[in-house]
Amino acid sequence: MAFLELNNVSKSYVSGPGGKRLPVLENINLKVEEGEFIAIVGFSGSGKTTLISLIAGLLNPDEGEILLRGQPVLSPGPDRGVVFQNYSLLPWLSVYGNVRLAVGKAFPSWLPRQKDRQTHKFIDLVKLTPAVAKYPRELSGGMRQRVAVARALAMNPQMLLLDEPLSALDALTRATLQDEIEKIWEKERKTVILITNDVDEGILLADRIIPLNPGPSATLGPEFPITLPRPRNRQQLNHDARYKMIRNQIIEYLMDVRGDVAGFRVPEDLVLPDLEPRYVSSDSLKG
Amino acid sequence: MSDRMIKNKKGQVSLGATAFPPNGLSLKAGDILLKLWVSLGIPVAAFSIFIWLWSAGAASVQTSLGTLPGPQAVFAQAGTLWQEHWEEKGKEKEFYFKQREQNAQKLAQDPAYQVKARKYTGKPTYLDQIITSLITVFTGFVIASLVAIPIGILCGLNRIIMIAFNPFIQIFKPVSPLAWLPLVTMIVSAVYTTQNGGIEKCFIISAITVSLCSLWPTLINTAQGVSSIDKDIINVSRVLNLGWFTHVFKIVLPSSLPLIFTGLRISLGVGWMVLIASEMLAQNPGLGKFVWDEFQNGSSNSLARIMVAVLTIGVLGFILDRLMVLLQKTVNFQK
Ligand SMILES: Nc1ncnc2c1ncn2[C@@H]1O[C@H](COP(=O)(O)OP(=O)(O)OP(=O)(O)O)[C@@H](O)[C@H]1O
Ligand SMILES: [Mg+2]
Repeated sequence: MAFLELNNVSKSYVSGPGGKRLPVLENINLKVEEGEFIAIVGFSGSGKTTLISLIAGLLNPDEGEILLRGQPVLSPGPDRGVVFQNYSLLPWLSVYGNVRLAVGKAFPSWLPRQKDRQTHKFIDLVKLTPAVAKYPRELSGGMRQRVAVARALAMNPQMLLLDEPLSALDALTRATLQDEIEKIWEKERKTVILITNDVDEGILLADRIIPLNPGPSATLGPEFPITLPRPRNRQQLNHDARYKMIRNQIIEYLMDVRGDVAGFRVPEDLVLPDLEPRYVSSDSLKG
Repeated sequence: MSDRMIKNKKGQVSLGATAFPPNGLSLKAGDILLKLWVSLGIPVAAFSIFIWLWSAGAASVQTSLGTLPGPQAVFAQAGTLWQEHWEEKGKEKEFYFKQREQNAQKLAQDPAYQVKARKYTGKPTYLDQIITSLITVFTGFVIASLVAIPIGILCGLNRIIMIAFNPFIQIFKPVSPLAWLPLVTMIVSAVYTTQNGGIEKCFIISAITVSLCSLWPTLINTAQGVSSIDKDIINVSRVLNLGWFTHVFKIVLPSSLPLIFTGLRISLGVGWMVLIASEMLAQNPGLGKFVWDEFQNGSSNSLARIMVAVLTIGVLGFILDRLMVLLQKTVNFQK
């Protein structure tokens, strides 16, 4: 029995007074082992957020079942941390307050001092210590996103559900946080489901990449196992033939299921090796 | 580290840009003058015209209490009321001083003498009445808030409670204080029988009437605020697995605070308006009773004094509203 199992899950939204049904997900089957890192890529509007919400327990499937350790998922639980796509920070709490609320809930038996330390540790992790007392309205989109990441990571859940957690960040910050996510995953071996619109990000971090086909009635595409050895260095990856091959395969698949590529970040496939335009190793920045 | 690099870049760009507008300063000075005129000059001008029309028109209105007083008479009465207050305070001081002296004398003659301390029973002055009114409206407002906010939260959280409360809200909201007052009077008289307790019955009646009329805006706004919390924020609460109390106090209450305060502001305004009427009828020694007594007295100064009261009520209502706006601003976390 897998850690997380989705069996024939279907979900549609009923919208408006007319009650028109919009089928979003159809017959989704997915098995995730404990400690696995899964990346799901898909076009905008295909139902990725819906899928994450189902696993989080914020939505319930119309058909099929979602099992976590064999138990059906009916509501959110402390074992699943979520980074929402739209950050969903509490506007009346500071950066500290937002993270601290989650820490306090996740570790009720801790001393205030310990909770405080945990909070600061994760705010520091996402490089927001200078903004610790700021309120969400005073933060840029990327900073808000980093608070959301810190909030989810600080709760130390067994499973992380990340809905495009780095999409609003510049390439450099994105690279740093990718490294942090990988480090945390290496250390704690959490089960991670990462929604991303960046194939490179998926290849860098995930054990498997699973495309979500365009909706309506989206189904999961064939999975692409990423067997590249870890730790993966993004500079070396750029020269790696296997990396190039798997990336081309995934992009080809995505182009096939939908002719045009609107809303999707397809990496420019130009002379990457000499220029390294997309990534600067975060290590070289730390100096 | 990466942050700093980008900030530096941005900083350079914006530095270059600020060097461009050359004559921004003179433009700004003109702007300020225009704004000052609009926000200060126009109201002052309008007020002057109003005063002029009033003094010109008042003389031509004959009432049973003489001609309608103009601004000067009203201003003079305001001065008189102010003077009366200090005269009364002087008398009070004198009374207590004499009482203390008498007691000391008697105690010197007869060591077994039981010291008597009588309270001064002078007429409440205009300032006393203002303070009574403010305390009454504040008491009524606090009672109303303590009732309305919790019920509003429950209504906003639960559709069934909302549906259950809705008919009451709709029916009782438009009821005038004049209709409530006899009922409240009878009930308070029946329930509150300890007459020698500190609180006056007329004060309780006025305060409760104020509550009954002013709790509805807070209740409705609170319910509205609670039921319209952003779905994303509800999702955060669910994902964090917050318990009911944490959910209510850390999520629901703060996020509906702006609307709750909007309701409180309206409530205080309604309460202040209703207060005068209920004080008149309940004979609570505040501004309402002042107006009523002057009306009954029918002296030649009465109309001017009533006008002083009208202006006082208006100005105090305005100040209360401004205070609520200030409070409202402190809780508004949105832009
Ligand atoms: N609450 C809702 N009610 C009705 N329809 C919805 C609702 N939420 C999403 N949808 C619809 O479901 C479809 C999938 O939405 P979803 O948010 O899951 O897409 P997504 O893959 O996360 O997109 P993106 O990459 O842009 O975030 C969309 O067509 C959207 O219009
Ligand atoms: Mg989405």
